[in-house]
Amino acid sequence: MELTRENVAKIARLSRLSLSDEELDRFTEQLGEILDYVQLLNEVDTSGVEPMAHAGDLTNVFREDEPHPSLPRDQAFANAPKSDGKYFLVPPILETGE
Amino acid sequence: MNYTPIIGLEVHVQLLTKTKIFCGCPNKFNPEHPNTQTCPVCLGMPGSLPVMNEEAFRLSLITALALNCEIAPFTKWDRKQYYYPDLPKGYQISQYDLPFSHSGWLEATTAEGDLRKVRIRRAHLEEDAGKNIHDESGRGGDSQVDLNRAGTPLLEIVTEPDIRSAVESKSFLEELYLLLTFIGVSDCNMQEGSLRCDANVNLKFDDGIATPIVEVKNLNTFRGVEAAVDFEIQRQLDEFQKTGRKLGDPGVEKETRGWDAQRNITLAQRGKEEAADYRYFPDPDLLPVTVSAHVVAEIKSHLCEPPSQRKRRFQKEMALSEYDADVIVNRGREFADYFELVASTCDDAKQAANWVTQDVLREMNDRRLNVEEFPIGAEVLGTVLKRVSEKTITIKSAREVFVALLEDADEDREVTVSRVDHLIDDRGLKVVSDTGALDAAIAAAVAESPKAVEDFNAGKQQAVGAIIGKVMKQVRGADPKQVREQIIAHLSGN
Ligand SMILES: [Zn+2]
Repeated sequence: MELTRENVAKIARLSRLSLSDEELDRFTEQLGEILDYVQLLNEVDTSGVEPMAHAGDLTNVFREDEPHPSLPRDQAFANAPKSDGKYFLVPPILETGE
Repeated sequence: MNYTPIIGLEVHVQLLTKTKIFCGCPNKFNPEHPNTQTCPVCLGMPGSLPVMNEEAFRLSLITALALNCEIAPFTKWDRKQYYYPDLPKGYQISQYDLPFSHSGWLEATTAEGDLRKVRIRRAHLEEDAGKNIHDESGRGGDSQVDLNRAGTPLLEIVTEPDIRSAVESKSFLEELYLLLTFIGVSDCNMQEGSLRCDANVNLKFDDGIATPIVEVKNLNTFRGVEAAVDFEIQRQLDEFQKTGRKLGDPGVEKETRGWDAQRNITLAQRGKEEAADYRYFPDPDLLPVTVSAHVVAEIKSHLCEPPSQRKRRFQKEMALSEYDADVIVNRGREFADYFELVASTCDDAKQAANWVTQDVLREMNDRRLNVEEFPIGAEVLGTVLKRVSEKTITIKSAREVFVALLEDADEDREVTVSRVDHLIDDRGLKVVSDTGALDAAIAAAVAESPKAVEDFNAGKQQAVGAIIGKVMKQVRGADPKQVREQIIAHLSGN
C-alpha cells in the first residue's frame, strides 16, 4: 500500500498536529519508508495462525481494589503548561461532547 | 405514511469500586476538590503502567450475567485514540473486537404496556475520561480540566435497535437502573454522572425507506431520555418531509446531536469521527483476561433475584397487586427485603404491603430516612401485624403501637420485638374477648349517661357515640364496632 500525502494529513489532523507543506512531504516519505519496511512481514505465511492479542504469555494479572495515596495537586500540575492551582487549563473547547 | 421508530441505547455505568480501574486512586465523585485523585497512571505520564482492578472486572461479570449475557472466555483491551483535553493519554483504554460479554437481554415495557425483551448487543469495560468545565461567560476564557474522574471504571452497555418508542426507551433505562442498583454494582447517581445514556434513533417507513441515524447524546435523566427521543422522532419526520434525505443516500452519515434539557431540543454536534478513525489496536500495557466456565457458574449461583422477577413473585405467590409490587420493588432491594421480612413475620403479605407502602414509606419520607435507618425493624413491625392477624389487637391499636414505637425511637429507647407486647399490655390494647368485662363496662357507661340514653330512646342513633367513647376508655382493646352493637342491644332491651 502506497502511503499518500492525504493519509499523512489525515493522521496529523486526528492527532491535532498542524504540519507545514514541507513537513507533510517529508513525513509522507519517512512514514512511507517505515511502512515499506514493515511490509516485509507480509512475506510470512500466517494462514492458520490465531491473531495475537499480546506478546506475553500471561493472562489475568490483576490488582486488588486497595486505595493508594494520590499525588498532591502541585505535583499533578508539575508538567502541565497551564493551571490555576485547582484545574488544568486548556485553550477554550468549543465543541461539546464526551 | 406509517413509520416505526428504531431506537438503540448506549448506557455508561460507573462501577462501585473503591479505586480506579488501572490505578489505586480513589474512585469517588469529588468535584469540590478537583485534581486531588490523580497519579502518574491516570495522568497518562510516560512510563507508567496500568494494572486491571480485579473488583472492577468482577462487578462487570456480575452485571453482564444479570443482563443475561454470554461471557467471552477470552477478552482483551484496546486503545481508542482521540485527542480531547479530558483524555490525558490521547487514547481511552476500551474494548473493541473482543468485549468480555455479549448477547444478553433485558425486559422493558412498551408503549402498549406489554413486555419486550430488548437484546443487549454487548457490554464492555473501559475507563472514564476526566471532566471539562467550559468558560460560560462568553469571553472565550480557558477551559478547566478535572482529572479526578479519569480512570473511573466504566461499563458500556449497548442494546440492539429493538426499542420502538420514547416511553419504552425510558422504561428500559428505568429497568436497567433498578437492576444495577439491586445487584449493587453501581449507585447509578444520575446527577453525579454514574449513569449516562445516549440514544441512536431513526425512523423506518412502511416502504422500507429509513431516515438517517442520529445519535443523541447527553441523556442524563429518565425524563430526558423520553423527551429527547420524542423530540428526535418528530424532528426526523419533519426533516424527511422537507428534504427527503434518507439512510443510504450518498453523503448521508450518522449524525451526532446533543440534548439540550433547558430548551428541550436536540442540537447538531461536530461530525463524529468514524470508527476507523479511532485507530483501535490492542493495548500492549494490559494482559488479556480469560474467564472459565467455573467462574461464570460461581458468579451466576450468587446472583440475586432480579427485580422484575421479584415483582412477579410478589404478585403470584404473595397475591400483591401489580401496583403494590411495583412500589415496593422500585424502592430498591433493601426495601423489598424489609417488606418480605415483615410479611413472613406476620404471615399476611397483603397487610404487610399496606403498611410498608403507606405508613412506613410516609414516615421514611417525613424523616428523610432510608429503610436501613428506619427505627422500626422489619421483625418488630411484622410482630405488630402478627398481633393483628392473631386478633390480639385491632388495626387501630396497631397504629397506636406503631406511633408509640416511633416515639420510643425518638427518645432513644430500643425498639424491639418484646417492646411490642409490652406496649400492648401497658396501654390495655388487647382485644377484650372477655364479654363479662365488656358487659360491665357498658352497663356502667350507660348508667353514667342518662342524657345520651334519653336521646337514643328519642330516636337519635348518634347519641350512642358518647357511650361508646366511655366504654372504649375503660376497655381500650375492645372492637368499637362490637361495642356499638352491644350498646344498641343493651339500650333496646335485648
Ligand atoms: Zn491514578
